[in-house]
Amino acid sequence: MKKKKQFRWRKYLPLYSMLIPGMLYLFINNYVPMAGIIVAFKKYNYSKGILGSDWNGLKNFVFLFKTKDAFTITRNTVCYNLIFILAGTAAAVAVAVLLSELKAVRMRKLYQTLILLPFLVSIVVVSYIVYGFLSTEFGLINHTLVNAGRDKVSWYSDPTWWPVIIVMVHAWKNIGYNCVLYYAALMGIDASYYEAAEIDGATRWQRIRFITLPAIRSTISIMVLMAIGKIFYSDFGLFYQVPMNSGPLIDVTNTIDTYVYRGLMETNNIGMSAAAGVYQSVVGFLLVVLANWTVRRQDADNALF
Amino acid sequence: MIRRDRVFQTTANIIMIVLMLYCMLPLLLLFASSITEERALIVNGYSFWPSRIDWSAYKYILIDSTQIVRGYGISAVVTLLGTVLNLMLTTLFAYPLSRKDLPGKTVISFILFFTMLFNGGLVPSYIMWTQLFHIKNTFWALLVPNLMMGAFNVIMMRTYFASNIPTELIDAAKIDGSGEYGILARIILPMAKPILSTLALLVGLGYWNDWLNGLYYVNQDRLYSIQVLLNRMLMDTQFLMSSAAQKMSVDTSQLPSTGIKMAIAVMGILPVLVVYPFLQKYLVQGITIGAVKG
Repeated sequence: MKKKKQFRWRKYLPLYSMLIPGMLYLFINNYVPMAGIIVAFKKYNYSKGILGSDWNGLKNFVFLFKTKDAFTITRNTVCYNLIFILAGTAAAVAVAVLLSELKAVRMRKLYQTLILLPFLVSIVVVSYIVYGFLSTEFGLINHTLVNAGRDKVSWYSDPTWWPVIIVMVHAWKNIGYNCVLYYAALMGIDASYYEAAEIDGATRWQRIRFITLPAIRSTISIMVLMAIGKIFYSDFGLFYQVPMNSGPLIDVTNTIDTYVYRGLMETNNIGMSAAAGVYQSVVGFLLVVLANWTVRRQDADNALF
Repeated sequence: MIRRDRVFQTTANIIMIVLMLYCMLPLLLLFASSITEERALIVNGYSFWPSRIDWSAYKYILIDSTQIVRGYGISAVVTLLGTVLNLMLTTLFAYPLSRKDLPGKTVISFILFFTMLFNGGLVPSYIMWTQLFHIKNTFWALLVPNLMMGAFNVIMMRTYFASNIPTELIDAAKIDGSGEYGILARIILPMAKPILSTLALLVGLGYWNDWLNGLYYVNQDRLYSIQVLLNRMLMDTQFLMSSAAQKMSVDTSQLPSTGIKMAIAVMGILPVLVVYPFLQKYLVQGITIGAVKG
């Protein structure tokens, strides 16, 4: 019996050896930093390292949650994500359905190709484009305002419009991606349903309402639930780079990710930065598990785990 | 009925055209601004339609600026090398996991999968890479952290292998005396071309567009990739001037700085736009597979 088992191991040795580089990478890139979250419970000192620094208990967390920042970054991260999920999903589904109803197949392809373009643009370049619109001196919008006899707005120091700007930029960058995704789900619907509907004399709206939408309902709910699992994470570039790290805008652009970055790199407040990072990781983890549990209850095949 | 359909088709097309303009016009603004003559730009601002066309920003980028050409080179090398390394790591990890008979498969899958659920965050990663591995201001900083292998791509590839490569084929190769590496090279890889192309595109795009590793770990201009360079120039308007002044005896007041920014940004997306029409199929495939089985 024992001999047989040894033999089995030998046989699989080459396969296990293939896993070594990846395992090593996961260990270094992912697992060591996971263990490193203990830094949030320490008074970190660069010269002593993570292990050598003195313990600090929950003080970093207490300080973090006493600040107004803790509320602001949570509110911003969660609220922006909720808007992205609600508006983004509705728009993407609507566009995908519209696209699938178009008769000209060549036009469908063209539209799909072009609305997917912004997805390829790096967020740094996106911030140049936004600057092209909003620059106080040379921006397109301010020149248009002046031509219309109105006053210039210094966009990068006035937070009023930024929630709208952020949502518009996010929509611009992601609508193509989400649309392609739902469009693919639509193309997978059995054509015989539509043929039957046609024989029954269903109107276009009835077809969409009773065949198309129910057919992609599971795709929609899975995408939404997965997005809810990531609701504690934000696109760092969108909130840091696009508003050009501008101080006056911080109240409406500070998210957990930008807060962690600023604490670590700019204000040298590693304790609170690490505490915010752990807050994000832990709540994020709970949300993913919860979201997955919900998907599993609905449709076990589509659950992540 | 037919009349109503024509009305619908027209309306639908109009809506799609509006959406298309929403997506395309910002890119047009970027491009138009980059070819507008500097003085016209200062008077009229950035616009969709250049009042006077002038390509000198591009001439400066391609001929006079060593910094930008260098950034381009670094981006190209990082993208190429990173994509190759990533695909190697991903394939080597995905293939054994796709084998139903591998003992311990569940545990290994979980180790992989858990990285998608939980992570240590920026602070511990930053401390580890800089204090333990000392990658600050090295070439490795642009290549290694986070981008070299992702659980999501491994799972995509594993699923592809498991559902597209028949077990009989592997068994037959074993009977013929092939080792596991032989099977991987002669049977799996040739059949994996579609998934390899799809992943190569996604990974390559990730490397070309990455600026975070540069932001975190690099602050010497000799290592700036094009995206990092763009980031530094936007944050610090003086950067372009000072780097130009150091590198050569250019009268910085003559630099077309307003338009040149936009021209460099155009250069930053140009390679992506050039390859996009040819690889669009794979991109769409990648988005769809990823969504269906994540």
